[in-house]
Amino acid sequence: MKMQYFIQGGDFSAGGRASTEVKSTIKQFNIPPDKVRRIAVALYEAEMNVVAHAYRGTMNVDLRPDFIRVVFEDEGPGIEDIEKAMEEGFSTASDKVRQMGFGAGMGLPNIKKNCDEMILSSIPGKGTRLEIKVVF
Amino acid sequence: MEKNLKQLANMLELECLTGKENLDRVPHGAYSSDLLSDVMGNAQKDMLWITTQSHKNIVAVASLKELSAIIIVNGRKVGEEVLEAAESEGVVILFSEIPAFETAGKLYNYLHDIEK
Repeated sequence: MKMQYFIQGGDFSAGGRASTEVKSTIKQFNIPPDKVRRIAVALYEAEMNVVAHAYRGTMNVDLRPDFIRVVFEDEGPGIEDIEKAMEEGFSTASDKVRQMGFGAGMGLPNIKKNCDEMILSSIPGKGTRLEIKVVF
Repeated sequence: MEKNLKQLANMLELECLTGKENLDRVPHGAYSSDLLSDVMGNAQKDMLWITTQSHKNIVAVASLKELSAIIIVNGRKVGEEVLEAAESEGVVILFSEIPAFETAGKLYNYLHDIEK
């Protein structure tokens, strides 16, 4: 089963909509509830990264009987130093975004903790691609 | 003895803003933070969430983490858009005029008394 969502950069009001929809869809299948919650955390963090940092992006979900793979691709400033970005506490978020309680430098670490495979690549000045996989 | 959200709200004088149909939920513990990723990473299912954040994104966090309720403290104003989103997601928002520390303290005593 495949699903595609568009994510608008800067639209905090709609932020989390795609992850919430995917969560309600996958809940209908026979996936252990703790896995569903892990997927939800990873997808939400990734979706909000696109909202907070990129101009626009897509989220492509590929749901199979034994795993889920989700690919986020965005057009945006990209990530200069991926190793640094993966460090807990590091963030380049704006003050406005931080005041909302984002930009604590926990998003990417949360994604890593909640999935089985994570592939992050970026071209600075162009955009970022994130692929995550959770096995059931 | 387990207590549900309705009993808790009465005891701690919290006003229920949304999700009245879900006040029979029984909360298990609580987490206090204004950082959304902190809550995403560390709160557990069925916990109460104490926060001063009152924008729309708290609804998605509570819903995705299956928290029992959000407790917005310090009399922070909650916008109409947030209330609508919470109603449609079945997210319970409780509201307190007192600050986070005092709310957490009262809640801590209350939850621990129940466990005894």
